[in-house]
Amino acid sequence: MDPLDRRIINALQGGFPLSERPYAEAAAQLGSTEDELMRRIDAMLENNVLTRFGPMFHAERMGGAFSLAAMKIPDTDFERVTDIVNRFPEVAHNYARDHDFNMWFVLGTETPDRVAGVIEEIEQQTGYPVYNMPKLEEFFVGLRFEA
Amino acid sequence: MNRRADIKQLQAPLLDASDRQLIKATQAGLPRVARPYHAIGEQLGIGGEEVMQRLQRMLDCGIVRRIGAVPNHYALGYQANGMSVWNVPDEHIAELGRKIGALAFVSHAYHRPRHLPEWPYNLFAMVHGKDRAEVDAKVRQIAALLGESDHGHTVLFSTRILKKTGLRLS
Repeated sequence: MDPLDRRIINALQGGFPLSERPYAEAAAQLGSTEDELMRRIDAMLENNVLTRFGPMFHAERMGGAFSLAAMKIPDTDFERVTDIVNRFPEVAHNYARDHDFNMWFVLGTETPDRVAGVIEEIEQQTGYPVYNMPKLEEFFVGLRFEA
Repeated sequence: MNRRADIKQLQAPLLDASDRQLIKATQAGLPRVARPYHAIGEQLGIGGEEVMQRLQRMLDCGIVRRIGAVPNHYALGYQANGMSVWNVPDEHIAELGRKIGALAFVSHAYHRPRHLPEWPYNLFAMVHGKDRAEVDAKVRQIAALLGESDHGHTVLFSTRILKKTGLRLS
């Protein structure tokens, strides 16, 4: 990453123009050119410095229901439970964490009822309780990383 | 809870078929071509102007959070992310949550239900840092900010990604 890459990352984590030539417009503000900006973005996507370039959607507002759920699984049973939980297409992310509550996953379903349904099925298939922790209120989402 | 559900309903704006097509066409990203919105419009059989108008409406009502670069925070050196969880008085959670959410190193802050007695924490704040020590230092900053409202907290570090498919409109 050189200084221009850093300027691109720091300046373009939002506010990309909605205009006919948005790369040209954004490049002008960065002291660069349309072609150079497109090339840099391509390179950073390729090198995995950027994961995406485009609109970031707010999943809940597109419809559907979401929740965060946690489980406490003994180490000896962790792999079996992981396999069961991950088999559900409604499970979008699943992380192991260093706590008694050692499995944390995000559920995304078409309808709110389905969240409860999936949780019940996971409990039945694994034999462990699932602690449902839907968000009650959101205070802030959208970290801007400094490159 | 009912009132919250009502608010959520009111906030959920309708997406028509073209909006959904547009989301599907752009959720992997914008093309790197001089006129990206026109290129998408061509693909969907609508004009570039309409693509921009629809994206602007989705920005205005929060369906699109923002448009731009999504950095891979691991690649930028932010290796550690800790899920800090806090037990704070329910009656002050909105005010405290906003304060913590406004910190530069907090990416998400949410009010979530407790599960007593095992899980006393009702405020979740994701904290990012270059390593665990930096995350721990930032968590101490949050604790100082909360002062007497901090009735207990802990930080859960992720040790393994078990699954990551992301939320996608199908």
